[in-house]
Amino acid sequence: MTISPSSIEQVIPGQGAMAQPSAAPGRAKRRQFRFIANAKAATGLVILGIYCLFAVIGPWVAPYNPDARSGDVLQAPSLRHWFGTTHLGQDIFSQILVGARSVMVVGLVAGVLATVLSILIGVTAGYIGGAADEGLSALSNVFLVIPALPLIIIVTSIVEQASDTLVALIIGCTSWAWGARVLRAQTLSLRRRDYVEAARATGERTWRIILFEILPNLTAIIASGFVGTVIFAVMSEITLAFIGISSISSWNWGTILFWAQGQQALAQGAWWWFVPAGLAIALLGTALALINFGIDEFVSPRLRSAGRTRIRTADGRTVRMRVGFTPVLAPTPSVPTPRAATTREDVVR
Amino acid sequence: MSDPVLEIRGLRVDYGLGDAAVHAVRDVDLTLHRGEVLGLAGESGSGKSTLAYGLTRLLPPPGVVSGGQVIYHPVDGPPVDVLTLTPAQLRQLRWAETSIVFQGAMNSLNPVHKVSTQLLDVIKAHEPTTTAAGRLARARDLLRLVGIAADRLDSYPHQLSGGMRQRVMIAMALALEPQVVIMDEPTTALDVVMQRQILGQLAELRERLGFAVLFITHDLSLLVEFSDRIAIMYGGRIVEEAPAAQLYRRALHPYTEGLLHSFPALRGPRRELTGIPGSPPDLRAMPEGCAFHPRCPKAFDPCEKKVPALGPPIDGDPGRDVACWLHPAAAPVPH
Amino acid sequence: MRFLLQRTAFYLFTAWAAITLNFFIPRLVPGDPVQSLISRNQGRISADAIESLRVLFGLDANENVWEQYLHYWGQLLHGDLGLSFTFFPAPVSTVIGDSLPWTVGLVGITTIISFLLGTALGVGAGWRRGSWVDGLLPATTFLSSIPYFWLGLVAIALFAGPGSFFPSSGGYEPGLVPAFDQYFIPSAIQHSILPAATILVSSMSGWILSMRNMMVTVSSEDYITVAHAKGLSERRVALSYAARNALLPNVSGFALSLGFIVGGTLLVEIVFSYPGLGYQLFQAVGAKDYPLMQGIFLIITISVLVANLLADVAYLLLDPRTRKS
Repeated sequence: MTISPSSIEQVIPGQGAMAQPSAAPGRAKRRQFRFIANAKAATGLVILGIYCLFAVIGPWVAPYNPDARSGDVLQAPSLRHWFGTTHLGQDIFSQILVGARSVMVVGLVAGVLATVLSILIGVTAGYIGGAADEGLSALSNVFLVIPALPLIIIVTSIVEQASDTLVALIIGCTSWAWGARVLRAQTLSLRRRDYVEAARATGERTWRIILFEILPNLTAIIASGFVGTVIFAVMSEITLAFIGISSISSWNWGTILFWAQGQQALAQGAWWWFVPAGLAIALLGTALALINFGIDEFVSPRLRSAGRTRIRTADGRTVRMRVGFTPVLAPTPSVPTPRAATTREDVVR
Repeated sequence: MSDPVLEIRGLRVDYGLGDAAVHAVRDVDLTLHRGEVLGLAGESGSGKSTLAYGLTRLLPPPGVVSGGQVIYHPVDGPPVDVLTLTPAQLRQLRWAETSIVFQGAMNSLNPVHKVSTQLLDVIKAHEPTTTAAGRLARARDLLRLVGIAADRLDSYPHQLSGGMRQRVMIAMALALEPQVVIMDEPTTALDVVMQRQILGQLAELRERLGFAVLFITHDLSLLVEFSDRIAIMYGGRIVEEAPAAQLYRRALHPYTEGLLHSFPALRGPRRELTGIPGSPPDLRAMPEGCAFHPRCPKAFDPCEKKVPALGPPIDGDPGRDVACWLHPAAAPVPH
Repeated sequence: MRFLLQRTAFYLFTAWAAITLNFFIPRLVPGDPVQSLISRNQGRISADAIESLRVLFGLDANENVWEQYLHYWGQLLHGDLGLSFTFFPAPVSTVIGDSLPWTVGLVGITTIISFLLGTALGVGAGWRRGSWVDGLLPATTFLSSIPYFWLGLVAIALFAGPGSFFPSSGGYEPGLVPAFDQYFIPSAIQHSILPAATILVSSMSGWILSMRNMMVTVSSEDYITVAHAKGLSERRVALSYAARNALLPNVSGFALSLGFIVGGTLLVEIVFSYPGLGYQLFQAVGAKDYPLMQGIFLIITISVLVANLLADVAYLLLDPRTRKS
């Protein structure tokens, strides 16, 4: 389980020249829609869309009741049971479909909560500065350094049979620090920009400056932080279910793995019991990570995979575009000729 | 005039490929002679820095050199076309023959290494047979040459002031006694006093060491003082080239005239400060004909139709070239 | 030096915050867990131990919260973390002392290897843009999206099992006595290969990616162009100029995400029944062994803080700008 370290997040002030150039104000709006044109982001969004769809319709389209036992005990995948069955004859495909809702709800609720907290704390700290900044920064650094997952595990285990909502709240309240830190850094640099200084000099209200001058330019970072938190929240929820802390009465993919592990699915060779849930998690994580790559590349275009790095020149050679050695497409042969006539179609003599 | 040391012929530099390519440098011919200071001036976006990076092949992607020749004449041995060299050959030529002082003194030095490391590694790379002690002695001499105490070798870049950093860069550029030093806005980031000091020192060093300088700046007043010849760039082309004094006395191209009128006279009677109306052309959508015509106060019929060629004008002193329909070439140059 | 003092002060503050948090968490536990323990172990529990547990859970009605807090600190400074319910009557500190070396060995070493290896691969990927390594990035993204514990399950299913070289659980051959001898060490290594590989595979890609991105960003810095202009060898430009600078943000990123990483890797221990802190935490959660859970949380936090401090020292050595002369 990892958080994908995005380049935006890697960049913190104090590393001077490496501070990310964020989109120029004003241009931000026009470019917002071009983000979707990024292939990675588009792929991620489509997959995420499919997951959201299943989160909504999953419980209705599931062929069986995920709790219903049947005589088909530990069946391998078949036409009747696409992903096979459990030791009680429950249909794993239905469990996955029904579980999608819990996973998505917890991921999104925790993501929204953490994002709101990180904006409140990060932007306030960065904008107001002074003692408030010191205090809020120290608070977010503390939350950043304390290992979040063990803390979540302990807090959740105290509450008997924690519900999805509670799990989402606990995760949200413990995972805002990363976003807050990045937002604070970026707000700090935005605050010194001319247009913000100008707005302040003309006596604009603080909340208006934050809302209309600062926040629009933090959109990409906020989005990236949100996606990162959703990844973390989904992983944490599944982990909690897997080790049997959160409520086992409702289905999510971690619950499936919990039963698979508890019933020695591995030893019995019932690979279908844990493979689909794991792949579902990995695919969701990949989709979210792809969205984040898209945001990263959108914010700092240098990161885009170099489109064409090999070029075929007119005389059939292949040259490579790279830093430090500019390719020459058509060098004029014959070195020491005295001012030879070169064709120049657009120059009139 | 002495022999050429660097000849640029028909150099074209683009950003991007195919139809999307932006032509930033268009058919530039320019010759740098041994030991002279050639100034290259123009507004930002005129292509002067692109020219410098293109001819040294240091332009980062998506920059490409799409044609032309850059011929370097070593002191001994046959001339070489820089554009046909393999990376290995190019690496050998770089710094030993042509070194560069870059625009940003702040970011030109590697922040994590000491000054000594960065001075020594270039000597070691090109002259691997030298001894460590010999290299160190050389590095000390170099720093003294630019007026920095030798104990600064152990400093990190962040411990030096902006002026000192640029001096270190100059010392580094001279480390292998190159024939050509390209200076891309070397003093722009510095305050005026520091600028003067460094330029004075440079002039002195050039007297002593005899390297040729291609000095790129947007500040024509600097060039009038410090260079032997001046070339003016606009819209990716050279529009005028003349000995510095002649150019200052009488500019032929209206653009040059505009540039000269955007700073106060150095000596003599006061001139009117007018500047140039409008803004530099968008390289992606260059105007037809002479690129300057939309801003030119003297534009007339042919200007918006045909691009004027660079050549010696009928009405000019010998030794100067201009690309303007007001001063049509006396005899079209044979190239 | 000032930098280090500042950081140390911050970590002390964080440790204090974690300990205080740890003080409050058990007070949320419903009911009286100690009473049920006492009644289950009638007579086998000493008065001292009961007292210590009561302090831990704040069950002493005669004390106000402040007195309880001071009392708790006093107990903590004596290394008394209470008694474990699961391993009764072993004290929590003993249980933790037994499992800590396993975690440090497995999680600590593999995290460092993963960082170093991933960073090295990232240098290659970032320097040679558009090479085949770029094609691997989506695959590594997928791998890093897999939960560690699930990858562990798959690894066991594929590689472990009866007759396989890789044991599917435990930290060493049952029957061996932990000691630095020729029987125990090979067995311990044999048991750690699969969990270590699991952690490596899923944690490395993050480092590859972030280092690649930093390399790409750094490659367009002026000093890289200068290095090329100086005609230095490709290797020297890539390593001494580009990678050396790109490493800095990656190291601080490493320090910052240690808390996340360690949390995830502990789960691998659960899957492999590896006798470290993660597995112990899992068992404690199952048995509602609150003192052990708290103790483990405290130890993990402090370990992460120490690791962070070490990462800061590394950063200090790498970046001359933080060294004040």
